[in-house]
Amino acid sequence: MRVNFTVNGRPQEADDVWEGESLLYVLRERLGLPGSKNACEQGECGSCTVRLDGVPVCSCLVAAGQAQGREVVTVEGLADFAKQRACGTGSCGGTSLDEAKRWEADGTDSQTGEGTELAPIQQAFIDAGAVQCGFCTPGLLVAADEMLERNPNPTDADIREALSGNLCRCTGYEKIMDAVRLAAARQSEGV
Amino acid sequence: MDFLRPASWEEALAAKAEHPTAVPIAGGTDVMVEINFDHRRPEYLMDLNRIGDLTEWEVGEDTVRLGASVPYTRIMENLDTELPGLALASHTVASPQIRNRGGVGGNLGTASPAGDAHPALLAAGAEVEVESVRGARRIPIDEFYTGVKRNALAPDELIRAVHVKKADGPQQFSKVGTRNAMVIAVCAFGLALHPETRTVRTGIGSAAPTPVRAKAAEEFLNAALEEGGFWDNGKIITPSVAKQFADLCSAACNPIDDVRGTASYRRHAVGVMARRTLTWTWESYRGTRRAAKGAA
Ligand SMILES: Cc1cc2nc3c(=O)[nH]c(=O)nc-3n(C[C@H](O)[C@H](O)[C@H](O)COP(=O)(O)OP(=O)(O)OC[C@H]3O[C@@H](n4cnc5c(N)ncnc54)[C@H](O)[C@@H]3O)c2cc1C
Ligand code: FES
Ligand code: FES
Repeated sequence: MRVNFTVNGRPQEADDVWEGESLLYVLRERLGLPGSKNACEQGECGSCTVRLDGVPVCSCLVAAGQAQGREVVTVEGLADFAKQRACGTGSCGGTSLDEAKRWEADGTDSQTGEGTELAPIQQAFIDAGAVQCGFCTPGLLVAADEMLERNPNPTDADIREALSGNLCRCTGYEKIMDAVRLAAARQSEGV
Repeated sequence: MDFLRPASWEEALAAKAEHPTAVPIAGGTDVMVEINFDHRRPEYLMDLNRIGDLTEWEVGEDTVRLGASVPYTRIMENLDTELPGLALASHTVASPQIRNRGGVGGNLGTASPAGDAHPALLAAGAEVEVESVRGARRIPIDEFYTGVKRNALAPDELIRAVHVKKADGPQQFSKVGTRNAMVIAVCAFGLALHPETRTVRTGIGSAAPTPVRAKAAEEFLNAALEEGGFWDNGKIITPSVAKQFADLCSAACNPIDDVRGTASYRRHAVGVMARRTLTWTWESYRGTRRAAKGAA
């Protein structure tokens, strides 16, 4: 079947989609967006987290056909998504598939202050050393970014709860907590 | 496989009548796991996400009509006053991502003995509104669970909503697991005080082939509370009454040994949860009585 939906602000079309296929598979294998990771395919790890009509979900548990006509944001579109949210007008464009495919986390040294390619949450993860193997990172970024949008001044308990569906086998979570606290602090200082 | 996309409830009923083997998919948090792992290859998958009414709820005089696909997140955020037990249970389901998709309709569809909504629904009192092209009916929650992962739905029926009694007193939900998030219950317990009818209702999860009420325990406690005038005098429940209630709740279990826990542990834990939830809810009942008296 064919699925038409919006990915990172641009309309996309996926063809020859098997009816039992997940949204995660369509993103990775049909649209060439491997940012969302496939680690468990059973909702346990959160590394496939994307936003579906704004809501964080495990894309491995959404049937591709259920995404028809809906809006998806993946980690590849997070920087633009955050920029658009910051500029508030909604006229900032979105991320084309080509741009999204080429997107890389080439974050800059926080010391130099040039972080324009990254969403604030991404920069904070780099600055706090919250990324080791990186497999869990895309899902955590999407989940953490959504929490900060909803709750700009989270307590530690809020952060833990918001990220309780995302597993990390490397960091022990402390640096991830640091990163989210850092992003929250920067957000409230407006930097 | 075919993907059916009914745009309305009527279309969904017609599709289910035409293809009784069609598997409805709401949040997909049970269905997609089975498909991803090749445990299930339905001929037809029927998406319910386009039917807007299924994600709505109405708070009525005595009950809340909860659409089958209202996600757990919405229940936690919006219905914790009317349905405190179900809101607590919802909060213990999996993770934010799962709670954003999964709902009570899917929990009832799967009818796993470990489903967290069940003890809360049993304790509060509820009816499941189901419908097919043949007509609609309401199934009392006590008659809904018919076996391990079996329910009272006919092949052409769909769940439209659950009518849950609004809380008229304190409710609690308790669950045993290895951590706070992403845990399937080793066992779970729901308890609701109903001061208006002077009754107590319970629900036990994951400790029998189906979710069950501890009816003998309820009857014992109802009689003991009545006899001692507890509803009126608001006294602390005597430890011997609490213990007897807990023992009868344990006795209502018919658990198995499995990877999550042994049968004897489950029986024990259900007793502990029964005693604790009774204490918590009764303390809260006494508190509201005192507050009401103070205000008067
Ligand atoms: C990682 C993970 C953790 C989980 N943890 C928990 C937990 O802690 N506690 C818990 O209770 N559950 C848990 N679950 C199971 C699941 O999330 C719940 O059972 C949830 O309520 C299912 O809802 P859904 O809308 O996603 O159902 P779906 O997967 O869409 O459907 C489930 C079943 O119900 C049927 N169905 C759905 N809607 C209807 C309808 N309107 N009419 C008739 N049939 C219908 C479907 O055909 C299917 O058989 C977990 C699942 C995952 C993946
Ligand atoms: S791959 Fe989806 S939750 Fe693990
Ligand atoms: S950094 Fe390796 S899993 Fe999180």
